[in-house]
Amino acid sequence: MDERPIRVILPLHLRRLAGVDGEVTLAVAGEVTQRSVLDALESTYPTLVGLTRDRATKRRRALVRFYACGEDLSNEEPDAPLPSAVADGVEPYLVVGSMAGG
Amino acid sequence: MTGVRVLVGTRKGAFVLTSDGGRKDWKVSGPHFPGWEIYHVKGSPVDPNRIYASQTSGWFGQVIQRSDDGGETWAPVDGDFTYATPTGDHLWYDGTLKPWAFTRVWHLEPSLADPDTVLAGVEDAAMFRSTDGGKSWTELTALRDHRTAAGWMPGAGGLGAHTIIQDPVNAGRIYTAISAAGVFRSDDDGASWRPVNQGLVSEGIPSPDAEVGHCVHRIALHPSRPETLYMQKHWDVMRSDDGGEHWREVSGNLPSDFGFPIDVHAHEPETVFVIPITSDSEHFPPEGKLRVYRSRTGGDEWEPLTKGLPQENCFVNIFRDAMCVDQMDPCGIYFGTTGGQVYASNDGGESWNAIVHDLPSVYSVEVQTLP
Repeated sequence: MDERPIRVILPLHLRRLAGVDGEVTLAVAGEVTQRSVLDALESTYPTLVGLTRDRATKRRRALVRFYACGEDLSNEEPDAPLPSAVADGVEPYLVVGSMAGG
Repeated sequence: MTGVRVLVGTRKGAFVLTSDGGRKDWKVSGPHFPGWEIYHVKGSPVDPNRIYASQTSGWFGQVIQRSDDGGETWAPVDGDFTYATPTGDHLWYDGTLKPWAFTRVWHLEPSLADPDTVLAGVEDAAMFRSTDGGKSWTELTALRDHRTAAGWMPGAGGLGAHTIIQDPVNAGRIYTAISAAGVFRSDDDGASWRPVNQGLVSEGIPSPDAEVGHCVHRIALHPSRPETLYMQKHWDVMRSDDGGEHWREVSGNLPSDFGFPIDVHAHEPETVFVIPITSDSEHFPPEGKLRVYRSRTGGDEWEPLTKGLPQENCFVNIFRDAMCVDQMDPCGIYFGTTGGQVYASNDGGESWNAIVHDLPSVYSVEVQTLP
């Protein structure tokens, strides 16, 4: 199965845990969905397992948001295809710590 | 002994404070894990280079960090604290039932014998053990599966298993304290637990003989007298001389018997330290005076220790895991405040100096006495 290079931007805390600077590029096999991107993220950086979504249910953590192409995809179905600009490596997929507190 | 290493967990990172045996001049390193809440940092008593840290975030969840070089460098290990058996419900504040859910690791207690073995007390209350240096964790399910667990209600800070004490003499004996369930003791290395709360009297609990439901804030023991336990409860300072079977109040002449930490002098098993807080409604020292109280009689008779501590306009709190003692002679005592100060005494509490003034709010303070 072909693998596609997907650009992902992580928040500072997760970049530090993963030991990376700037955006990362993940090899995603098959259809490019939020689930397949996050699976690839956790496979490449096992330290991040459980930090963006629940280990067992795979539900998004409440204060983590997912964006791409100017859209908030946080509550979209995890198996829905991501925009073609993300799948084609033109636009990044963003993992964001939501603004909370005040 | 060459010196001490003080491990400080704060609301926004961890700090490592080191000094020689004089404990006057300090080197400060950190923040480690900046921006993360560090609930607890503690070193192995058998390998001081081995240190564990609980790194947690409301955004991203739980990470356990490990250092093998005395806090110079760190690496994340496993942070999977999935409960091992089906979870039930526990009481919520409004009287309804709420499903058990892991939130964070409150306390890490390295083994007295093996640097790769460490216990973790977590919220919602449960205990886990790693025997591979934090690479994997296994729940000691008997605690969460205890027959009284459905009736445990969280303290204001959560349903946390916050204190773990390993008996250094009686093999297999472990104590834990849970807010607001009380003290539990295992005599078989965590395979079974029973409440040991007889003698505790807690405001708001109808039965004075309630088996559980007590908001125990911290317990401590001296290794030479493992049958004697000291407790700072929500209100009341307590003492047991039979391994927790029976408790009696030793608050004596304290200006307030509310508080969080309690600890025992390293070389005097009847010398105990507490830091009184005004009340459960006012989490700051009485009269704005930061005073450590010392009893040299195992409780009941207390004296204030104030030299070097602010005696006006001080309105900080000291959390349950934020006081500790070293093994030097004279004994050193350390505590951290919600105002970001870490105070140290190198003379058994007679005088105090702030090692640092302006850290983030301090969650925990532990000290290693270095060989």
